Amino acid sequence: MSLQIKHLTVAYGQNTILRALEDHWPEGRITALIGCNGAGKSTFLQALSGLIPMQGEAALSGRKLSPEERRQMIAYMPQDTSAHSSLTVLEVVLLGRLNSLGLNLPKGLANEALEALDAFGLSSLQTRQLDEISGGQRQLVFLAQALFRQPRVLLLDEPTAALDLRHQLLVLERLRLIARKTGTIIGMAMHDLNLAAQYSDHVLGLGGGGKIASGAPREVLNPETLRTMYGIEAQVTQIAGGPLQILPLRAV
Amino acid sequence: MPLPDGAFFTTETGAAQAVPDDASQYTALMRHRLLRLAGAMLVMLALTVTDILTGPAMLSLFDVLTGLFSPAQADAMTRVIVLDIRLPMSVMAILVGMSLGTAGVHMQTILGNPLASPYTLGFSAAAGFGAALAILTGVTLPVFPWLTIPLAAFVMCVLAAALVFSFSRMRAMRPEVMVLAGIATLFLFQSAQSLVQYLAAPEVLQAIVFWLFGSLLKASWNNVPIVAIVFALTSLAVLPNLWQLTALRLGDARAAAVGVDVSGLRIKLFALVALLTAGAVAFVGTIGFVGLVAPHIARMLVGEDQRFLLPMAALMGAIIMTGASVASKLISPGGVIPIGIVTALIGVPFLFFLILRGQRRHW
Repeated sequence: MSLQIKHLTVAYGQNTILRALEDHWPEGRITALIGCNGAGKSTFLQALSGLIPMQGEAALSGRKLSPEERRQMIAYMPQDTSAHSSLTVLEVVLLGRLNSLGLNLPKGLANEALEALDAFGLSSLQTRQLDEISGGQRQLVFLAQALFRQPRVLLLDEPTAALDLRHQLLVLERLRLIARKTGTIIGMAMHDLNLAAQYSDHVLGLGGGGKIASGAPREVLNPETLRTMYGIEAQVTQIAGGPLQILPLRAV
Repeated sequence: MPLPDGAFFTTETGAAQAVPDDASQYTALMRHRLLRLAGAMLVMLALTVTDILTGPAMLSLFDVLTGLFSPAQADAMTRVIVLDIRLPMSVMAILVGMSLGTAGVHMQTILGNPLASPYTLGFSAAAGFGAALAILTGVTLPVFPWLTIPLAAFVMCVLAAALVFSFSRMRAMRPEVMVLAGIATLFLFQSAQSLVQYLAAPEVLQAIVFWLFGSLLKASWNNVPIVAIVFALTSLAVLPNLWQLTALRLGDARAAAVGVDVSGLRIKLFALVALLTAGAVAFVGTIGFVGLVAPHIARMLVGEDQRFLLPMAALMGAIIMTGASVASKLISPGGVIPIGIVTALIGVPFLFFLILRGQRRHW
């Protein structure tokens, strides 16, 4: 199973945001989506998940997905964690499977939602209100909600933006583990290129309304591509087979 | 690569939190909410009984109970007072309270605004204008003449809704556009209402002002079933959307991300609010405050899950209305102050009490 993106184009009237994107995301692997502000990363993720109209196609194992199928199989986690709501943490996770919920909760569903929370160490917060917990914890609750949907493809918009360094590493390790164990295809928009280098298997670089580069981290994260994509001079090193280390030097 | 259990968050003191192995805390919370609903139901019933017991006719408890449960043995006057005057007024108080409480929750949910109420979008001002116009012109329907003023109020309310809807639709039903269009409609119909009052002769003006106060004295067995049917049908219509409405409280983007058709849901709820408000206001006149405050009280008591929030807001609306009805009869013995004047007097202290008592945020 893999996700093929063919000729993906998003336009609002005359204004084309993304033009004819092509890429291929392998099963059980993490793809990092990188690019400067306004490059269209969020638009790309929203279009793939069926939330905004697009032209072109997304196919899973060669089968083209309709917008409805994309909404069902692809979970998208928005970037903003500022949701102010007195909903409890467990209710927020339950909402991930909106179509299974009725007047009575199906038996065992609350326990399943709790397991999703447990994956991020949050099960003890089950009856806390969303606005009583920290921004970082909220981000983890929304991650748990996205995972609770049991999607084939999980798209995350800057999933570690509100987290401290330790939790960034913990979350990315957990996501890699989940991808490997369940075969879930994970795509995430990231600003931290070092984390992208360390945790992604595949990198897609966006800029100027289209694809600038795609491939393994060492193919994409090189000084030339970074200069084109971000307008920066950077030094990229790799020590003894470890992850790439990117040191931004100056804006050009 | 696998993480040890408890590798994520620890408490402020650094000690690992006790991790429950099932959703028992959540289940206990659900039980707690159900108990609160049952409690609210009991309070509403107690107030309804009190409401039927009180009134200028000074009937005894025995008279009232005989009139209610064994009408054949009660004298004709008692029978009429209990069954044809007080009972429809009490039932109307419950129905109008429930309609306004529910409509208030819907409004606050789809507009994402704690200040929203069924009146925010100008629906009641339109109803008031319709009624005032009917009273001023003195037209009556050839059949069911008692329906003339309520029908004028209802139709004008629906027209106002259509106006706000057409405007908002052009901008994808965005909440801020709906609020702006609604407030413009509110001022439009308030001005029209003032114009009608300005043009009216003193005795007609008195009738218009009395209608606008909002009074349960207009309740009868003719109009109670209409309000009941509107409330029942709109409640049934919203049943499939309860969790979607709950999701909407996370914001449009997150609701859409879990599969809610946000714009479609707004359109549907908007129509339901128009019907609920028109149904309630057409027969009893303008009654403010209930639709704004009942949802907040309900939210403090049972949280945001709409499976509990909607019935609780309906019950809170009914409790405020019934309590206000009792108070309106006790404040001036021998007379009945229009309930629209009393609702805020009764509801504000209750709301302040809950705000001061509560520790948690509720919006």
